Amino acid sequence: MSQFGDLMGGFATVLSPEMLLFAVIGVTLGTLVGVLPGIGPAVTIALLLPVTYGFESPIPAFIMFAGIYYGAMYGGSTTSILLNTPGESASVATAIEGHEMAKRGHARAALATAAIGSFVAALISTGLLALVAEPVGRLAVSFRATDYFALMILALVTVTALVGSSLVRGLISLLLGVTIGFIGLDGISGQPRLTFDSPVLFNGIDEVLLIIGLFAIGETLYVLVKGRTRPGQVTPLEPVRGGFMWLSRDQWRRSWGPWIRGAGFGFPFGVLPSGGAELPTFLSYSWEKNRSRGKQEFGKGAIEGVAGPEAANNASFSGVLVPLLTLGLPTSATAAVMLAAFKIFNLQPGPQLFEENSDLVWALIASLFVGNVMLLALNLPLIRLWVKVLEIPRPVLYAGILVFATLGIYSVSGTVTDILIAYGIGVLGFLMRQFDFPIAPTILGAILGPELENQFRRALNVGNGDLTVFVTRPLSLAILLLAAAALLLPYAPRIVARLRGKDPEEAKKLAFADED
Amino acid sequence: MDRDVIVVGWTPTPQGEAAVEAAVAEAGRRDGVLHVVNASSGDSYVDNKIASTEQLRALRDRLSGQGVEHEVVQQVGRFEPAEEILDAADRLGAALVVLGIRRRTPVGKLLMGSTAQRVLLQSACPVLSVKA
Repeated sequence: MSQFGDLMGGFATVLSPEMLLFAVIGVTLGTLVGVLPGIGPAVTIALLLPVTYGFESPIPAFIMFAGIYYGAMYGGSTTSILLNTPGESASVATAIEGHEMAKRGHARAALATAAIGSFVAALISTGLLALVAEPVGRLAVSFRATDYFALMILALVTVTALVGSSLVRGLISLLLGVTIGFIGLDGISGQPRLTFDSPVLFNGIDEVLLIIGLFAIGETLYVLVKGRTRPGQVTPLEPVRGGFMWLSRDQWRRSWGPWIRGAGFGFPFGVLPSGGAELPTFLSYSWEKNRSRGKQEFGKGAIEGVAGPEAANNASFSGVLVPLLTLGLPTSATAAVMLAAFKIFNLQPGPQLFEENSDLVWALIASLFVGNVMLLALNLPLIRLWVKVLEIPRPVLYAGILVFATLGIYSVSGTVTDILIAYGIGVLGFLMRQFDFPIAPTILGAILGPELENQFRRALNVGNGDLTVFVTRPLSLAILLLAAAALLLPYAPRIVARLRGKDPEEAKKLAFADED
Repeated sequence: MDRDVIVVGWTPTPQGEAAVEAAVAEAGRRDGVLHVVNASSGDSYVDNKIASTEQLRALRDRLSGQGVEHEVVQQVGRFEPAEEILDAADRLGAALVVLGIRRRTPVGKLLMGSTAQRVLLQSACPVLSVKA
């Protein structure tokens, strides 16, 4: 029961007025950016990283970041349902049935099942996180360099294979990121690499710079070039019809199953390196579509199709925290940005984190519970307010983001050169968006790349330069084989179709949007 | 003799309705022709002032029912609404522009600007403004 005691200690930290304030800021900002298409939790956390430089303790920063992530999930469901524009990629599945429900005058029920489902799933998955994190951390102590190397390869490969529309583009993005990660003085030999003899680049490119450049500046340029689009219309909310928390007895009955199943899909897929929340949301959606009692209603606004995916996307975040906290292994863009935040505070996520900074870990886990209670209380009553955010003219919105991004970079380094580098990276980010290259593999590559190299060298040192060390340890070999299988996964539907003797062209490639 | 052209800035809101109502009355008085403009700059993700196809049709039907000769145009993503209205008035040599207005807070006006104010200050022809 030591976990329970630790968790209570975490609650004691979080339930102070100051920490609660940071949680409120986090969930509010998160909901705002979740509502806005194109601006996801990864960008927001990246923009706030420079702000947290001034914090003495990392705890409030992480409480805020967790709030942002969860808030973005709640906010994303709001626009999916009312506007049919998913605010972030994990809400795409929600939009399908959710908007249909709204058009048929069940907007409130759709919003409520999304919010309550997210809440239920977050409670379940955070509970699982609290139970699982420490044992996994203890297991991780026995991992060797070759295992870490294999795990990182697996994380990089799965994210690359699963986001975006093309594996080749994903791999190019990944290699670009790894290359950017290598810029600077080599940690062991002190040799400058890819610096073009310019001392400016000796320290490498700061992760904050890279993230702000690729996400915030890149997205701004992309929106600028795309120009004006026809604005959408928000489906009006119908008058409250009674029922408990906007859901009728029948809707409660139809929702709870998908919530629990969604949480069941979300958590494990978050734990496994699978690129975040998209995969489990779609799995949950198709499960409910084919198996649930309301399946004949699918396409006409089935509540199961909203309840399941929403629960899955929230549950996956707690899952994502497991490898991040116990192994220092980010499995989504947002997790990569959070890893950068750990580095700012000189914290090394991994097995030691639970021993040396257990107060931080448990405060973070407790804040997930607190944040979700806040979101449930804030979200439904304030929906009209959140929707208003969408009426802000884009020039005003993105000018604000650009100012914030520039200020942030300047506050980190105090040099104009860094601002120029960030804008250069921004142009790169714009080109990647324009030509359909996924961004997430680049971020992961740049952040994990140097660490990957470290573990690679360490393993070779131990093995006296023998490359077979990676395949002689069963655990490392198994993980590497998994990574190889992950490369084929996007083509699985086509391969299955061919095996069954059907036309492979009909089966689509498995692909998910990135960014979050 | 040419008939007077009355340009109306219309949105599916109480202000818009008030403007159309006043414009119809004015058209009857002068035996004029209505030119209804529904416009949005297309800068935001959501703009509830853009009329849907059904709302446009409903307006056309209503004006036909009232026996007013009219033209209803929607322009999204070109100029600001004020510029659209002024442009139409200019092009058609309008005799009158009709606008619906509402109470605005000073801060709201500072941040978002006011379509009505721009039209009032820049229009070459008389402007009739109706408070909803």
